[in-house]
Amino acid sequence: MQPSNIPYRIFPLGDSAVTIDFGNVIDEMTNKEVVARLNQLQSEPFFGMTEVVPAYSSLTVYYDVVAIDKKITNSDSAFDWIKKQLLEKLNQLTEYAASEEKLIKIPVCYDDEFSPDLKYISSVNKISVEEIIKIHKAKRYKVFMLGFLPGFPYLGEVDERIAISRKTQPQNVAAGSVGIAGKQTGIYPLASPGGWQIIGRTPEKLFDTAKENPVLLKAGDTVEFYSITKDEFKNY
Amino acid sequence: MNFIQLPKMNLRIIKAGVLDTVQDMGRYGYQQLGINPGGVMDRWAAQTANILVGNKKDAAVIELHFPASEIFFEKPVLISVCGADFSPHVNAEEIPCWQPVLVNRYSILQFYGMKEGARAYLAIHGGIDVGKWLNSFSTNLKAVAGGYKGRCFQKEDEIPVQDLSVELLSVLNKTEFIILPWKAGKIIDDETEILIMEGNEWNRLDNNSKRNFLQQQFTIRPNSDRMGYRLQAETLYATANEEIVSSAVSFGTVQFLPDGQLIVLMADHQTTGGYPRVAHVISAHHSKLAQMKAGEKFIFRLTDQKTAEELLIKQQQHLLQLQNACTFRLQDYINANRH
Repeated sequence: MQPSNIPYRIFPLGDSAVTIDFGNVIDEMTNKEVVARLNQLQSEPFFGMTEVVPAYSSLTVYYDVVAIDKKITNSDSAFDWIKKQLLEKLNQLTEYAASEEKLIKIPVCYDDEFSPDLKYISSVNKISVEEIIKIHKAKRYKVFMLGFLPGFPYLGEVDERIAISRKTQPQNVAAGSVGIAGKQTGIYPLASPGGWQIIGRTPEKLFDTAKENPVLLKAGDTVEFYSITKDEFKNY
Repeated sequence: MNFIQLPKMNLRIIKAGVLDTVQDMGRYGYQQLGINPGGVMDRWAAQTANILVGNKKDAAVIELHFPASEIFFEKPVLISVCGADFSPHVNAEEIPCWQPVLVNRYSILQFYGMKEGARAYLAIHGGIDVGKWLNSFSTNLKAVAGGYKGRCFQKEDEIPVQDLSVELLSVLNKTEFIILPWKAGKIIDDETEILIMEGNEWNRLDNNSKRNFLQQQFTIRPNSDRMGYRLQAETLYATANEEIVSSAVSFGTVQFLPDGQLIVLMADHQTTGGYPRVAHVISAHHSKLAQMKAGEKFIFRLTDQKTAEELLIKQQQHLLQLQNACTFRLQDYINANRH
């Protein structure tokens, strides 16, 4: 990968974090850069860094102001110091480009019982329920980021024909629900109020506190959906 | 010397409070999985409470909201209560906040009233013996994980705590409780002023709204909680309505909502958000904000990065000095009062 082939901007997120912004976009190439830089920073963490959080087109680095201050010998602020470290890293060529493409297949039951909003999408987008399901599972989706709830993946992008705006008022959503919001699709790992249009449910656990790695997916992964029957769902 | 083997005993909740949980300084390293850091709302008070009882600054504490739990001590403990003043009483006698208290077994800790502040921190010498989840003791209520069974305290819960050292046991002897003769202070400064730094989307506010932001009083709305403080003031207006794709947020991030009002993200904030981040409350003022209740008013004042850092560093230095002093006082006290 070329260093800084995508223009970026660095700005403080309060006094203890800094965001590297590669543009306000939902775009696979940009997200690839984010994930590559995430891998780079995690493999070669610098002093004082506490964690890194990737999003669609940005990467945020949290740091320990007090620890860094002890290390600074000139009049720089901790932010100045961290910014220098980051610029140095960003100017390095990195072979952390595309982390190995992990493909995860996720079963979804699109049965009426689990898909309260399929009919709505069908009527708004003038497309049959069967078509929506077919289109939804036909494509491989990128995990752009996790957020909102523990283990909640923001996947994209869905075909125009099944894209749909989110609900105006959040409603209670069951754990495992698969939804669409705009051109994104996602999975609710926990029951929660939410505004995505729900088209099915997976028996797969995306978040399991009993596991050492409690979250199934991570940014950069690829997801494919396949449909299962209600019986298969119940016996999964 | 005689060793008396005590049965495994605990803190018992005899009456549950409204929202009492085990917290530490937060769960870091997992935000990229959507798992928020959580942790105490008021770090200053929680760290001070730990220091007063000879714990590490970042040990687990119990965060109490009012009405707070009533706690029965099945074994002798060294405690301190910092942060909000809920009028703590041991066996119906008032004990001071911001001061360590040795409490004998079979005592009851109760909180009589909400005098000041929003959250009190109960630290216990030796810490709280619940296991860690993802390297932290903090309770994540949404994930039902961490802390004590991933939830707030209920009646009859038994919270395991470490045994008091033999030395402190010997000091306590048969007394019901002893207020130890050293104390810490709360943060003293202008209580109604919250310092902020500009956020990346500060310029989303039109000029008049920027002025308003820095001049008008904000009232904390009743639907404010550990996730965020919703503020009430004259509606603010945006210059542009361009959508922002979701990106990381932080404790203290001030989000500008579509209805023209603000929300300040607090300890249990989501890891990412898509609302304009017009400002950030500086870290050194998180504690102050965390002790404000619904209905209270404050104003924002703008500061810069350097000042924000300096204030945070100063707070940490103060805590380190306090820790050194308290370690010394505790040892000194034990030596002087050995039976």
